[in-house]
Amino acid sequence: MKSPEEIFEILKAEFQDAVVEIDSELPVEPIIIVDPLAINKIAQFLRVNEDLQFDSLMNLSGVDDANGEKITEEDGTVTIKGGTFSVYYHLHSTTIDHKVVLRVITDKNKPEVESVDPVWKASTWHEREAYDMYGIIFLNHPDLRRILLPDDWDGYPLRKDYENPEYYDGMKVPY
Amino acid sequence: MGLLDKEFADSNIVIAKVEDVMNWARLSSLWQLSFGLACCAIEMMATSASHYDFDRFGVMPRPTPRQVDVIIISGTVTLKMATRIKRLYEQMPDPKYIISMGSCANSGGPYWEHGYHVLKGIDRIIPVDVYVPGCPPRPEALLEGLLKLQEKIRNETLRTKKKTA
Ligand code: SF4
Repeated sequence: MKSPEEIFEILKAEFQDAVVEIDSELPVEPIIIVDPLAINKIAQFLRVNEDLQFDSLMNLSGVDDANGEKITEEDGTVTIKGGTFSVYYHLHSTTIDHKVVLRVITDKNKPEVESVDPVWKASTWHEREAYDMYGIIFLNHPDLRRILLPDDWDGYPLRKDYENPEYYDGMKVPY
Repeated sequence: MGLLDKEFADSNIVIAKVEDVMNWARLSSLWQLSFGLACCAIEMMATSASHYDFDRFGVMPRPTPRQVDVIIISGTVTLKMATRIKRLYEQMPDPKYIISMGSCANSGGPYWEHGYHVLKGIDRIIPVDVYVPGCPPRPEALLEGLLKLQEKIRNETLRTKKKTA
């Protein structure tokens, strides 16, 4: 069994700059922040390394970090500029029985993250959901379509600056 | 019940109005479309199960819209589902009836304000005969809704149009 700090040291030695930092000042378990464009290689390493053996992706979720700059126009409309999205990966090793949380941070204007689909097949639908709700693009995903909303839906509803539609397919949406 | 009071005691003949016979036949075997949407569907299933026994009113689920008389909208209607429900409704043969079950189907329910994906009331796309309030309505409430629908059918005539709304 390895603690998140030990796992961080192993990753840091293997990937240097692609592993950014470990955030331990949290009420929950420590989170290792890594590069969104290297997550697929790091994931592969975490899975096959003898001492780690993370064979199970328990959960993958997108998050709008709500850290953009709020701009209030003269007419009262609020737009959000900049900011970041995150993707969290909760991993578990069924053989060694230890866990770790990874996080990648990506720019809201160009939210691109490498897909971990080749490493854990469980991620296919999770990544589709993150794409559906936040518009995060998972590079090299085999089938990046919306999973819950209709294919012709406009926008990504869990973004903080999402506006509810007035009409969908001729049906009025507001109450 | 309107039909048997005109029975002749000494023969097998029953005299009744065509309307009454038709209405009686319709209201006694309302086949429902076998589909459920959200938490309300669980309550609808409980109504079908042995304890409440929908079948004693002649309600039984059919898995094809082409053989059903009533569609029970039992739960949250998302916009994605709404387009499908409309199509199912259009595939049902006349006469067809709709029971809107629960707050979600009536008006959007808990999603009325922030549900960007929820249709705020099934009556925005198809005409409803009976609204059953509740979140979720207990099986007794759904049975009451069915009795109301039967009452409505019992008073139908061939002369006026079936649905006005
Ligand atoms: S009315 Fe209440 S119980 Fe019924 S589907 Fe909506 S939320 Fe669920």
